[in-house]
Amino acid sequence: MNDTVGIVIVSHSKDIAKGTADMVRQMVGSEVTVAFCGGNPDGGLGTNVPLIIEAINKAWSPKGVAILVDLGGAETNSEMAVEMLQPERRHLVVVCNAPIVEGAVMAATEAAGGSSLEQVRAVAEELSSA
Amino acid sequence: MSLEPETLKSLVRAAAEQVIASTAELTALDQAIGDGDHGANMKRGFEAVLGKLDAIGAQPPAEALKTIGKTLVMTVGGASGPLYGSFFIAAGDALSHSRQLPDDLVEVFACGVGAISARGRSQQGEKTMLDVLFPVLETLKTEAGKPDLIARVRATASEAVARTAPMQATKGRASFLGERSVGHVDPGARSSCVLLHAVCNTLEARQ
Repeated sequence: MNDTVGIVIVSHSKDIAKGTADMVRQMVGSEVTVAFCGGNPDGGLGTNVPLIIEAINKAWSPKGVAILVDLGGAETNSEMAVEMLQPERRHLVVVCNAPIVEGAVMAATEAAGGSSLEQVRAVAEELSSA
Repeated sequence: MSLEPETLKSLVRAAAEQVIASTAELTALDQAIGDGDHGANMKRGFEAVLGKLDAIGAQPPAEALKTIGKTLVMTVGGASGPLYGSFFIAAGDALSHSRQLPDDLVEVFACGVGAISARGRSQQGEKTMLDVLFPVLETLKTEAGKPDLIARVRATASEAVARTAPMQATKGRASFLGERSVGHVDPGARSSCVLLHAVCNTLEARQ
């Protein structure tokens, strides 16, 4: 365990984040650690930096963590969360420019094979350029 | 001359109260071209700032600005949290590096605006808060030392907000609307103007 890149799913909706994580677990299995979060600090639709930091730490792996996001604020808040991590962890976390559901499944599939963080990110991001 | 704790406190209080008072207006603007949460998000963030007002007032200005920034980052819950948060954190960093208020206002403000631009990977002309903040930075530079600087900043902010209406958004949620974003004032530009006006009014009243 933990010798694979971790996956974090950040959506404005906790239901979408959870549903995406469920799909990843069913399609890829449990060898990849998947954490998710969604919702603003009041529980409404939105994203929120403290929960994203918590999810990154939950999915933590020495090989790094790939984050998949839905809309604008999820990306901005995820980038902010990465910057607020302990300095030695920051360079091991990337926010992927990829669709959230497909990107999460592709990233987790790649991660399950033991790939590096850069490989995981590249596979997820191929979806955006296709 | 340096920024007195009482001045800082009254500026923060006024800015927070004005943003909170503008919740409905910001919500309405954001419903037109965004997802309608800008008012509620800003209200939540600045209520959290108000809750820390005494602690903020007790800190040196550099630390106070960073506390405001971190509070916004952690509580706003939308993209505006990291954007405004980065402004205050970068401005606080600038003050930590031997700059002073009000003497180095232009440099400190420029650091804040630069941080928003970097965080949002956005420039002027994309129908965002930067379309108010860059023109205000320009006014701070060109009108520095003039007796009516405050009035000019206020006027610049108001005019800059109005100029966002005909713009087409290419950044942020409003960019999904493309041409349909034209004709609406940008909510982030408006909230920047509210904050700047609160600061201007407070400084004027203390003169």
